[in-house]
Amino acid sequence: MSDIMTKNPRGTDPLARPGVLAHRRMPRWAPAGIAVAAIAVGTALGLALGLSSKIQWGLIALILFVLGTYVITAAVEDRRQAKDRVVTSAVWACFVVAVVPLYSLVETTIAKGAKMINGNFLSHSMAGVLSNDTGGGVYHAIIGTLEQVGLASLIAIPIGVFTAIYLVEYGRGKLAVAVTFFVDVMTGIPSIVAGLFILAFWILVLGFSYSGFAGSLALVILMIPVVVRSTEEMLKLVPNELREASLALGVPKWRTILKVVLPTALGGITTGVMLAVARIAGETAPILLLVFGNPMINNDPFHGTQSSLPFYIYEQYVLGTEQSYDRAWGAALVLIAFVMILNLVARGIARWKAPKTGR
Amino acid sequence: MKLQRKNRLRALSFGAIAVSGALALTACGSDNNSGGNGGGASASANASNIKCDNAKGQLLASGSTAQQNAIGQWSKDFMAACSGVQINYKGVGSGAGIQDFLQGNTAFAGSDSSLKPDEVAQSKKVCKGGKAIDLPMVGGPIAVIYNLDGVDNLTLDAPTLAKIFDSKIKKWNDPAIAKLNPKAKLPNLAIQAYHRTEDSGTTDNFTKYLKAAAPSDWKYSGGKAWQAQGGQSAKGSSGVAAGVKQTNGSIAYDELSYAKGLQMAQLDTGASKPVALTTDSASKAIADAKIVGADGDLSLELNYATKAEGAWPIVLVTYEIACDKGNKADTLPATKAFLKYISSDDAQAGLANQSYAPLPKEIATKVQSAIDGLS
Amino acid sequence: MEITKETAPPPPAVPAAAAHGRRGVTRPGDRIFSGLSRGSGILLLVLMAAIAVFLTVRAANAISQDHGNFLTTFEWDANTTPPVFGIAVLLYGTLVSSVIAMAIAVPIAVGIALFMTHYAPRRLGGPLAYVIDLLAAVPSIVYGLWGALFLVPHLQGLTSWLDQYLGWTVIFDQSNPGTAPRNLFTAGILLAIMILPIITNVSREVIRQVPAAHEEAALALGATRWETIRMSVLPFARSGIISASMLGLGRALGETMAVVTVLSSSDKLTAHILDPGGGTFAANIASHFGEATSLGRDALIASGLVLFVITLLVNGAARVIIARRKEYSGANA
Repeated sequence: MSDIMTKNPRGTDPLARPGVLAHRRMPRWAPAGIAVAAIAVGTALGLALGLSSKIQWGLIALILFVLGTYVITAAVEDRRQAKDRVVTSAVWACFVVAVVPLYSLVETTIAKGAKMINGNFLSHSMAGVLSNDTGGGVYHAIIGTLEQVGLASLIAIPIGVFTAIYLVEYGRGKLAVAVTFFVDVMTGIPSIVAGLFILAFWILVLGFSYSGFAGSLALVILMIPVVVRSTEEMLKLVPNELREASLALGVPKWRTILKVVLPTALGGITTGVMLAVARIAGETAPILLLVFGNPMINNDPFHGTQSSLPFYIYEQYVLGTEQSYDRAWGAALVLIAFVMILNLVARGIARWKAPKTGR
Repeated sequence: MKLQRKNRLRALSFGAIAVSGALALTACGSDNNSGGNGGGASASANASNIKCDNAKGQLLASGSTAQQNAIGQWSKDFMAACSGVQINYKGVGSGAGIQDFLQGNTAFAGSDSSLKPDEVAQSKKVCKGGKAIDLPMVGGPIAVIYNLDGVDNLTLDAPTLAKIFDSKIKKWNDPAIAKLNPKAKLPNLAIQAYHRTEDSGTTDNFTKYLKAAAPSDWKYSGGKAWQAQGGQSAKGSSGVAAGVKQTNGSIAYDELSYAKGLQMAQLDTGASKPVALTTDSASKAIADAKIVGADGDLSLELNYATKAEGAWPIVLVTYEIACDKGNKADTLPATKAFLKYISSDDAQAGLANQSYAPLPKEIATKVQSAIDGLS
Repeated sequence: MEITKETAPPPPAVPAAAAHGRRGVTRPGDRIFSGLSRGSGILLLVLMAAIAVFLTVRAANAISQDHGNFLTTFEWDANTTPPVFGIAVLLYGTLVSSVIAMAIAVPIAVGIALFMTHYAPRRLGGPLAYVIDLLAAVPSIVYGLWGALFLVPHLQGLTSWLDQYLGWTVIFDQSNPGTAPRNLFTAGILLAIMILPIITNVSREVIRQVPAAHEEAALALGATRWETIRMSVLPFARSGIISASMLGLGRALGETMAVVTVLSSSDKLTAHILDPGGGTFAANIASHFGEATSLGRDALIASGLVLFVITLLVNGAARVIIARRKEYSGANA
């Protein structure tokens, strides 16, 4: 800590002002008072200068508030306290600035989407609905999303979990280093690049046609690294004593992993998997390249084209009519609800089965 | 371990519920949207004129967005008459449509431009013993739409249009526009010229027109991609229309069917008075076109620089592309029946309601006989 | 982004591997099981190799037929004959929009992280963390929809204001005042909003791990709250915050749908970030894919490969920083 002391000796040494045991403090209502004054002056200035935009009034008030706080605190207390107060308001401002758009996003989606949600919307497809017709629904897209995400999970979860088991329980040497490195690399693959790869490989080279399954394959690429990482973290948290105890009893290693290690980490693994599922459920770009889209219900992900919720939102947005915007918002709400529920369930499981050895 | 096992059981039962729930869900949806939608166009043709000819199965097609609305209405009518057929036309753009078709993924493609020689050569792979041919099907008038408060009858000519879209004219009160519109009160407002983000046949035909009618003001080589810099872009015909609708002071080129509720400019083509765009004035320009395709192919060449009275020169012709021989056996009946229906007089007559231009009679006849020969 | 949570992992269970080898007797069950898990690891490597190979082969095919310079050409005319395409505009647009996003998101994200850990009343901090977690999961297409239909019209005022008062900086000058703000600046703002939750989450985790003793020491010396943060929290968390930002940057670079919906793209490279125009790799792929011929698709794959390499480098840098930090904190613990 000595370097900190030398860096800022004046600031950290209360004895810099000998004889003063307690600083003069501002009253508790001071910030509120300064805020009211700043708003009043801002409004007055806005009116006097004839500024039309209320945002400019607000900005003037904000600048006055920050300046006022600094000057008054510096006068009453000292410069250090003044700086502290300014930073406090900056941090609060960060919070407000960030919450506004995020709140607006959720609020807009709910406000515009909620009026679309009804039995008809959820149970019908878009068959025969022209872009400026009302009606139609998301049923086919929900089916598409469920099947594509389900298939992707069926492939990605075993591969991901086994890879994590390899890394934690078996992996040593160059192969393990390489796998660890490439899992990191995979985490960073942009979704559209994953889509392009499956397009180049599955459709252009192997000659398969568009299907929900092709989309699933791209989602697998996006999902594997997330599953590997979270499973790996969880397996590492399983205490070695458990493994040793089981091995000492003569249980084969594979049974130890299957019956002791995995069950212990199951809660964490489930959480990681569900978060991964939530993430790929919202992917649009690979679906755009690989699944083609289909206004009608197709329950078979292996043959024929399908739709999916993110694709449906994009498709309706591009159509650009009032009616299709409404449908896009409705589908956005359904998708958000789906992802949020998965998230909440995942977090619930995490809390319910939090590993006892955690921090 | 006991606790562990109980939890695993519970997890299993969760899984079981999820799976059975999903299975149950697959049974409860419906493709039937016949109730409830009062908007837009209703069924236009009487079903009795549609011959299904035992057509069955799913007909996959993709391509031009310019003909999407026409195909949408036609497939709605066709599916209403022939319950065994599902038609899925996706407006992905002409290029992707042709790609899909050449890879054998679709039964036919919709395209804004005729096939290139190398595409015809490639098509021999999917068309066993034959090749792909262009069948002109829908005439698409391209409107010049704008959004300018207080100016209702805007007249423009080709050089002015070229300069606007090349960002040489930046304000609505530019002398060049004022000269063409002596009566209008043109505001001192920035012009926002919209063009298509993605490659598009509409862009291709619009710039071909600018090149043909104002060669000294439009220096670009043309093509499906927008080459001029500046201006706003929007995705898809509908995106352009939506952009213009939202922005005062905007102008764009777009298919007539997307221009509903928007102001449309008249065109000074050099004829005695400015031409307004209607499906009739567009059909007049298409009638000026001649068939240049050979060997069963029916591709057309348009005359963009036409000065004929009452002819609107900015049009595109969209084609359906199918194999002349060697179409896939399982979709052939449906393809033939559907194409036969959409080239019929009934179906073509319905086009005008949707702001498309029907094919001229003599071209339509040739298309119908070509479809009869498909195998 | 839960993967990057610093969980201070215990050393891997190497001792447990004693059952394997040594005695020379391996049970068939063990062999199958270790084979399966090793196989999965190898499969993963094969997959990565396949991605690299397929993208490279396709890209090489496209670049060899390019009649422009792939790196410096502005146009993207891959479907005409002769094909002319280059990534100059895309590279510039991708970097500019990401830089704008970072410039906005990083300070605010760190601010929120500090707010949640140090400033917020305890009752607010917990639920807030929860909400930010949930927002990290909102699909990008929803951000895109909101951006296009809500954000763009609402940014018109700010754009005109910037143009009017800060136009002299050239960056904020609109060559055609009043143009709808479908530009790189708006794309940057939307990307900032999208990556805000991720950067906040990771930064918060890092800040939480600052040893309480450091802070208490600073407080005991009479430091104000800000001085405590500046002297003991931020230095400790700096590398973690940097790597959090890099992860956010990686996501911003590859983001597709949000940019497609708000950016009015064109082959234009301009310093005026309020003018419409420009493009990004991902958005260019999504919007040109529809009309692409087979060569056009290969050209898009080539641009995808460039994007892949860039995100690789950025993510790699983030990992290196995280790894270094682990050693550092390990030595101090």
